[in-house]
Amino acid sequence: MTTPLIERPPEATAGAAASPAPASVAASARVIAGRPALLEDKSTHYCPGCGHGVIHRLLAELLADLGVAERTIAVAPVGCSVFAYDYIDVDWVEAPHGRAPAVATGIRRVRPEAFVLMYQGDGDLAAIGTGEIVHAAARGERITAVFVNNGIYGMTGGQMAPTTLLGQKTTSSPTGRDERLMGGPIPITEMLAILPGVAYAARGTLADAASIGKLKAMLRRAMEVQVHDAGFAIVEVLSNCPVGWGMTAQQSIDHLQTVAQTYPTGVLVDRLKAAAAPPAPAAAVSAPTTAAAPAPSSLTLEPATAAEA
Amino acid sequence: MASAVPPRPAPERVLMKGNEAIAEAAIQAGCDAYFGYPITPQAEILEWMARRMPELGRVFVQAESELGAINMGLGAASTGARVLVSSSSPGTSLMAEGMSYMAGSEVPLVFVDVMRGGPGLGSIGPSQGDYFQMVKGHGHGDYRTPVLAPSSIAEAIALVADAFEIAERFRTPVVILADGTLGQAMEPVVPAYRNPARQVFDWAATGATGRRPRVVRSLHLKPEDLEAHNEHLQAKYRAIEAAETRWTGELLDDAELVIVAYGTAARVARTAIRRAREGGLRAGLLRPISLWPFPSAPIAELASRARGILVVELSAGQMVEDVRLAVEGRAPVAFHGRTGGMVPTPDEVLVSLRHLWAITAPRPPEAGRDERPPRRTARSVPIEPSMRRPASTPEGVDEPAFQEVWR
Amino acid sequence: MERSTIFAGFGGQGILFAGNILARAAMAEGLEVFWIPSYGPEMRGGTASCTVIVAEEPIGSPVIDRADAVVALNPPSMARFEASVGPRGLLVLNTSLIEAQPSRTDIEVVAVPCTALARTAGDDKLVSVVALGALIARRPLVPLAAVRRALEVVLLAKRPEILAADLAALEAGYAAALEGALTPV
Repeated sequence: MTTPLIERPPEATAGAAASPAPASVAASARVIAGRPALLEDKSTHYCPGCGHGVIHRLLAELLADLGVAERTIAVAPVGCSVFAYDYIDVDWVEAPHGRAPAVATGIRRVRPEAFVLMYQGDGDLAAIGTGEIVHAAARGERITAVFVNNGIYGMTGGQMAPTTLLGQKTTSSPTGRDERLMGGPIPITEMLAILPGVAYAARGTLADAASIGKLKAMLRRAMEVQVHDAGFAIVEVLSNCPVGWGMTAQQSIDHLQTVAQTYPTGVLVDRLKAAAAPPAPAAAVSAPTTAAAPAPSSLTLEPATAAEA
Repeated sequence: MASAVPPRPAPERVLMKGNEAIAEAAIQAGCDAYFGYPITPQAEILEWMARRMPELGRVFVQAESELGAINMGLGAASTGARVLVSSSSPGTSLMAEGMSYMAGSEVPLVFVDVMRGGPGLGSIGPSQGDYFQMVKGHGHGDYRTPVLAPSSIAEAIALVADAFEIAERFRTPVVILADGTLGQAMEPVVPAYRNPARQVFDWAATGATGRRPRVVRSLHLKPEDLEAHNEHLQAKYRAIEAAETRWTGELLDDAELVIVAYGTAARVARTAIRRAREGGLRAGLLRPISLWPFPSAPIAELASRARGILVVELSAGQMVEDVRLAVEGRAPVAFHGRTGGMVPTPDEVLVSLRHLWAITAPRPPEAGRDERPPRRTARSVPIEPSMRRPASTPEGVDEPAFQEVWR
Repeated sequence: MERSTIFAGFGGQGILFAGNILARAAMAEGLEVFWIPSYGPEMRGGTASCTVIVAEEPIGSPVIDRADAVVALNPPSMARFEASVGPRGLLVLNTSLIEAQPSRTDIEVVAVPCTALARTAGDDKLVSVVALGALIARRPLVPLAAVRRALEVVLLAKRPEILAADLAALEAGYAAALEGALTPV
């Protein structure tokens, strides 16, 4: 671990995540946001400015909103977010590095009633775990995958990831990522989106408050896909790593605009919409199964810049 | 015999292939889910499960790789499901990671390795070359997994149910270690299956409905925490050693030469000791059934009165190291093994027995009967010269020959 | 007492099936039996073999030093397994395909044109069943009736239409071996 532990969590990096209302607030004041019930009241081990905290909060809100928290079995990856189980109050199983999609598959198959949430970083999902993620997606496992792309191996000290931008300097690409020697960034969500088993694939970003709002809608949709038993759903989140990138928190947030030039945000595929499923009720435990995955002929990716619903 | 009751009809025997018997025994033991990947010589387990599990409404997944299969097993077993995963040597190497995580997370699962020749891609012939891999832990870190080695198809059926029981009682992966011969052969068996009683798990991730959330994990980042976890695991392993050490013996009472062998090698040895006795050589067989925990105590006891010990394996010599540790110099230990898919024949083993007879001295009468050498454990052993060989060595025998691998 | 038989021939000659039928017959007779094939890629189109050990007592070694009987259905099988026959053991030769003379003089040889008899019974593929009949005629490991019943049990469940031809092939092999010379013809 190269990241220092901090005493207090930083203020949320964007407006969407409000801190809990202090006790001193006058009784007449209206509380517009608080700590989600599922989010543990403790300091995280994440570095100041890290995006994981925002994503954790969104998930804690949505699991409660959709009424699935009590039947959620989440799968933790290896990477900075390995400790997600310390922060989000649901059952967790810790997977070996990259194997979260296989672990989630095993859970999914023996627990049809469970809501299976998977959280992976880019080294975990797009490097060591490519075999597992491709085949879980191809099988159309009813899993909601949250893929946090910060372009770096944060936990081990900021080495080059499969998603690292061309020219980006890391501790294992000290002169910058050279495409000739190290290959180019992998657009793995686009790759997964063409598989018939994938019912929903989208990419959002933590770049600003409006984007975080759109990201939350994507995550909600990806969870509804599972509630409707429609197939595999993945949301890639462009996140920041101020320490690994050698930037201040604000610089790293601003840099996400640059990252989005390589990884355009938007909905890549939404077959739940194609199958004309009804809007997901909050606790649709036994929602009717939607039609089988559409034929490849209908597999037209929406423009990457499409406005999010 | 006026009150003779009508004879009960003997239970119907059926001819079963080893791989299929292992698979069906798991099904009858209440296996909820199977995950696998095709590899010879265990593909029949996968095929049997592919047909049977869906028709029973249970889970079968052919994974994308052995990595996928073992981790699907980890996930399913983390929810408390009864899970079987099987593979053969090259595949088991890929599964080592998952086994270590399950040992660390204390997830029960039954793992079948139908061994084939190695290293590398090796051959598809029978082998016992994975002894080190399976018995010494399989994956990284300080852990053990119980390893059960059937010697017949009927025994394989019984051990599969036992394996699920041990796995769940002690929260640990358990290995069934077979080889290509047992997997591919057919024998008549009485289909006497057993479905161990289900336990209530207070650790499984099932969804936190009306209780505090649970986490199934192996990560303990603070050294103090991980050491405490390791001490807990080690205490568990001592309990397994006390409860689950299994072995059987044949013709040992008056045996001057003792063969130690497991699985297929033990069957070859069984024929060899009978031929040896036909020739006047008093030989016996000790067959470990649990390879970990290893039956060190009975081997030590035999070594204190035997003229010599012969270890027979389908390997270049792996279990022989554990036998030597158990014997602790009380008797000479010789080895006969074949590799690469070759199986020693009874006559080969007989030659080795005669050789061992020729180069060992008889035990003095009565010696060792009443006054055995003190049983020494690794913890209590005093530091002393390693030259602790039998006092009398036959003339003209090169002592290091004891340590040679005989072929 | 353990008695071992090696069945060997081309893949497709029904080698494993014949061994399987012998094993089932022995099981039905209350005997112990062990059946082990040569397995893997060599089964796909090359030579195939299986070993069947029959005994009154639980069977020890799955590998044998010498076979009590070898059934060789093609020339490569004879070349490979002739030396495996134990002294005073039996070698069943398919003379429809094997022209070479066995070199061993210390064994019993029964020469049967198995493929020709199989064709007469209805199908070349019955060659192994013919050979099984010949084996049982010379080495009554199990009664002929037990083999007949094993064929009935297996084939009535899977392919009842070929049962009659299989039974005819079995009888033909049995009769031929009873009549056959003790040395190759």
